[in-house]
Amino acid sequence: MRGRYTPLLILLGLVVGIQLATAVTGTAYFLTQLTMTAYYTLVVVGLCILMGYAGQISLGHAGFFAIGGYTSAYLTTLNLASGTHPSAVALLMRCGLIVPGHNLYGAELARLHPGVAFLAAVALTAGIAVIIVIPVLRLKGHYLAMATLGFGLIVYRVVLGTAGLGAADGLSDVPAFTLGAGITVTGGAGFRVVNYYVAWCLVSLGALLVLNLMQSRAGRALAAIHGNEAAAQAMGIDTAAYKLRLFVFSAILAAAAGALLTHYTGGIGPSEAGVMKSVRYVAIVAVGGMANLWGTIVASAILNFLSLRGYFGIYDDAVFGGILVFMMLFAPQGLMARETFAGLIAWVRRKGGE
Amino acid sequence: MTSELLVQYLLSGITIGSVYAIVAIGFNIIYNATGIINFAQGEFVMLGGMIAVSCMPFMPLCLAVSCAVVVTALIGVLLYVCFFRWLKSPSVLRLIIITIGISILIREAALMIWGEQVRSLPYFSGNEISSIRIFGAYISPQVLWILGVVGIMVLLLNLFFAFTRMGRAMRACSANPTAATLCGINSQGMVAIAFMLSAAIGALAGCVMSPMTQTQYDSGTPLAVKGFTVAILGGLGNSTAAAAAGLLLGVVEALAVSILPVAYKDVIAIGLLLVVLAIRPTGLFTSRQAGTLKEF
Repeated sequence: MRGRYTPLLILLGLVVGIQLATAVTGTAYFLTQLTMTAYYTLVVVGLCILMGYAGQISLGHAGFFAIGGYTSAYLTTLNLASGTHPSAVALLMRCGLIVPGHNLYGAELARLHPGVAFLAAVALTAGIAVIIVIPVLRLKGHYLAMATLGFGLIVYRVVLGTAGLGAADGLSDVPAFTLGAGITVTGGAGFRVVNYYVAWCLVSLGALLVLNLMQSRAGRALAAIHGNEAAAQAMGIDTAAYKLRLFVFSAILAAAAGALLTHYTGGIGPSEAGVMKSVRYVAIVAVGGMANLWGTIVASAILNFLSLRGYFGIYDDAVFGGILVFMMLFAPQGLMARETFAGLIAWVRRKGGE
Repeated sequence: MTSELLVQYLLSGITIGSVYAIVAIGFNIIYNATGIINFAQGEFVMLGGMIAVSCMPFMPLCLAVSCAVVVTALIGVLLYVCFFRWLKSPSVLRLIIITIGISILIREAALMIWGEQVRSLPYFSGNEISSIRIFGAYISPQVLWILGVVGIMVLLLNLFFAFTRMGRAMRACSANPTAATLCGINSQGMVAIAFMLSAAIGALAGCVMSPMTQTQYDSGTPLAVKGFTVAILGGLGNSTAAAAAGLLLGVVEALAVSILPVAYKDVIAIGLLLVVLAIRPTGLFTSRQAGTLKEF
């Protein structure tokens, strides 16, 4: 048990350290990308345990992310003031579920509370994940990869082809999400530091959840499935049920990240649902190592930040494709795995001995 | 719906369906030889079209198409030699991720070389407005080209696998690589040929469809997913059934477009994939008993 939370404390220390460093050096603008990085990291944390423990590849996580983001954006930008059921709107407003306001031109607005939209987004994603996963989890390998890729493509096409979701433009003008106690998820410069901490606290919370999950009965069952699925089944573990729950859990993490990032950036576009995004998440897990939570978080922080700052330029997608091929050819255990280091040391020795 | 309109939809469905069938057969050839599903299969089709378009200013059409097929076939062999040849018993997950990575690299390279512009070859005979009347429906002569080329390709492939020495050696390798090697068959060479063949037929399909459907750097992925749908519908590894399934999917898609908005065209095909995977992952034409023997 000793040292189980040490990496978590190191992570929190780094988060605070980086914030202080940006404050001292006057580079607080980095925090915006770091906040976005945190939300993408949340997606990757879910994918990491799904790929690592259940051995299930998902090429559709951008789809779950987009469902979360789009649901939140759609529900919170919908104007209910001009709706056909004023009495229902009034009732919801009395319950505090609808936020009244005025738009740029002074017209009356009545928008759903972001909290309600968030819950709806997560619930919808969980529902879709269950529907997708029940048939799909009977499949393995190629079939699962193609099925999840297909799911991702469907989400992308639907989002791109539906006028109500903004088609190619996406949804914008998404209101801020006030969590209470002066904490608001929004892109304003005044909220930059707060949002940075909120996002990374969520990542830490996600990591903590995963850590505790892995130490529980469910975690041991998942580890058994990871080792040998047939043997796990023979020991009486309901492998299908565990895999289903894990898949839904990781889909929910993706949806939550999507919803919050949408509030943070104030909008979402179809590119968030693109296949390339899903592949990107898989690439990050490949670098960090499957089932290697801390490796994946570090890989995600570095790669997402570099990508968001635009360091890869026009080669952005190519970099992630190259990373995938390189990692799977030379270090399938991930960069930060013991096996990789052992292999590297052996290689250096061999070269040195010649 | 009038009968003329129905014939029109059916013909357009058969046309695009035959292209799906070729992508599916490409999947099957590599799958049979190696057990790998090559996610970069759609990229071969895109490369075929793009290379032929680039060759057009320097040579006549038939030479440009041959050139595209040869170059893409070489790229196929190169992929095998560079990436798959020296992997020792890799896991399925690893292979999937490698082919996905390769497909992205090819796509990004195509973006660098050809840009985002949509390109197409000229019509093989006639032009955009020339048409032939069949059963009251008007079709472009290119449709006949597509159907003819695809039909001949399927026929030749069947003959190749059934009667030639090399085709039989490839089948032996897919049935049991160790036994084939003991019989003196160069099984690694056969796998290289499988990659080459798969890339070549993909490129040829990409060339004949280019005048009608046009080619863009990112047109590979949807084709790969649909080709895979077709391969599954026909039962993975069974090429004749894949041809039938391809036509089926093409017709379903064409009829769906007559009812639903065009933007959702891909949704139909992929939704069908999910349904088939859920209900009958062994394919429409394979018995359930035979299917349970396979690894999914």
